[in-house]
Amino acid sequence: MDAPHENSIQAHALVREFKKGPRAVDGIDLHVDPGEIYGFLGPNGAGKSTTVHMLTTLLPPTAGTATVAGYDVVKEGPRVRKVIGAALQEAALDPFLTGREHLRLQTTMHGITGEDRRLRSEELLTRVGLTEAADRKVKGYSGGMKRRLDLALALVHRPQVLFLDEPTTGLDVQSRTALWVEVGRLAKEEGVTVFLTTQYLEEADVLADRVGIIDHGRIVAEGTPEKLKAEIACSTVEAVPASPGQRGVLATVLERFGAQTTGYGPGSVAVQLSSSNGNLADIVRALDAEGVILSQLQIHEPTLDDVFLAKTGRHLEGAGDEEEQESEQIAQPASV
Amino acid sequence: MTATALTQTAALGGRAVIRTARQPANVIFPLVFPMLLFAVNAGGLKAATQLPGFPTDSFVAFALAVPFVQGALLATINANVEFARDIQTGFLNRLALTPVRGIVLLLGQLGGLMTIAVVQAVFYLAVGLAFGVRLESGFGGAAMLLLLEVVIALGFAALGSWAALRTGSTEAVQGLFPVFFVFLFLSSINMPRNLIEADWFRWIATINPVSYLIEAVRSLVIEGWNWEALGLGFAAAGGLSIVGFVLATHALWRRLERT
Repeated sequence: MDAPHENSIQAHALVREFKKGPRAVDGIDLHVDPGEIYGFLGPNGAGKSTTVHMLTTLLPPTAGTATVAGYDVVKEGPRVRKVIGAALQEAALDPFLTGREHLRLQTTMHGITGEDRRLRSEELLTRVGLTEAADRKVKGYSGGMKRRLDLALALVHRPQVLFLDEPTTGLDVQSRTALWVEVGRLAKEEGVTVFLTTQYLEEADVLADRVGIIDHGRIVAEGTPEKLKAEIACSTVEAVPASPGQRGVLATVLERFGAQTTGYGPGSVAVQLSSSNGNLADIVRALDAEGVILSQLQIHEPTLDDVFLAKTGRHLEGAGDEEEQESEQIAQPASV
Repeated sequence: MTATALTQTAALGGRAVIRTARQPANVIFPLVFPMLLFAVNAGGLKAATQLPGFPTDSFVAFALAVPFVQGALLATINANVEFARDIQTGFLNRLALTPVRGIVLLLGQLGGLMTIAVVQAVFYLAVGLAFGVRLESGFGGAAMLLLLEVVIALGFAALGSWAALRTGSTEAVQGLFPVFFVFLFLSSINMPRNLIEADWFRWIATINPVSYLIEAVRSLVIEGWNWEALGLGFAAAGGLSIVGFVLATHALWRRLERT
């Protein structure tokens, strides 16, 4: 009988290098606690999926070590596969099988048979809201339904650790929210450790207990979303004067509280507050004293994108796309 | 093999059958196309039976062997295109993420294809009987024919699976189709080897393993129990199966880099 292991994920100096390619993962360290939801955030091509493939035993690391639920991903691959569930980037489903047939096949692959198989399939179909569609072929499912079935398939054997590789990409808000609720429930009620890759800031912010930000194969920041935001960025105050003529005075006053920043609405002045430089009430009092009349005043809380920007000098959204375009241009032969 | 592995193999084989059955093009084409070719050959080459030394006076009976080989070929190409699609879509990775042994993934696929080939063979046999062909080897010969069809299908299926696993490309597997067809038409498909006049053609047909597959099936239909033809047929089919299986297993090992 296997010794009990806690559901943690550990990685040390994990590297994956592809032939004739860059280091997709370049020496990352990870520690994910049991029952924790760990958000792995990064742009396209940052190394998220490669990391998941290594941790789920699909891809051997070039260097470094990793354990999942106490099992070494290189030396104990079959044991790792028994205790993990995974929904990879594309919902890899057979369009000609029904949802119920997928569950039957998946349970059989996990050695679950007979009445257990039937009961588990029914339970999961109910949980992901696919009972009515269970006997329909998957080719008629919506993107959200496919993702939910994908999640159900990952859960058939009651995994201790769940890997979700961009589970909500392409889903509408309703389907995304439903999936978040289910993932949250799995971690909180069933103690499942969740390793979630995403390129959506909101997803990591809402769902993850801790976030690791990966770029070019390296982890550039790690911590709770709140801690990361507090460390890196402060709130931004944006104000629009009632009269355009007061824009100069407004800027002068606001600059007492922080450095001016760009990227906000036309006609507005925005400053990123330095933490010790007063609060909103102080700003309002200062503006009042100078006779500045505002038509609009907003405070923007820092986001994980601010964290990404601070660490990499780029915004997260679109960062991967830009790089992909650049590499495509490099890869194209010069025209004559 | 453990009971669990057997159950898993059966489940994967069942999935391959269901997937084929739910795509009408993959069902109808391998049934109808060999029968059309059979009808054309049986009608157009009927005069060949007048040649001295031709082994039967019924070209319909002579030509019936071809659909068995051609049908196995078509079915396995179609199913292996789907197998390559499994690789492209990540379905194979889904299966690889379970505790299932790698070899079971291959055996399940091959098992499904062999099942499909047997169903097709029963259809071809029924059509042949309906056209008045009398199976000289009798009821036992029909059973032997189905067994031979299983081994023939295994050979083609294993080679097709190798192509699917090696390339992961549906186009590459489809590309095998004309290659296999060249082998089919450079065999004793339409004429006994001893009656082929062109030396080069007779030589190619003699070294072409497909000739022995066809002649083994043909012997059961028109001769009865010709153990030499059967032995050569099983040896050719078995040889293809072993080579294909070894190549496919190696390709599977390379494809599934899992630890």
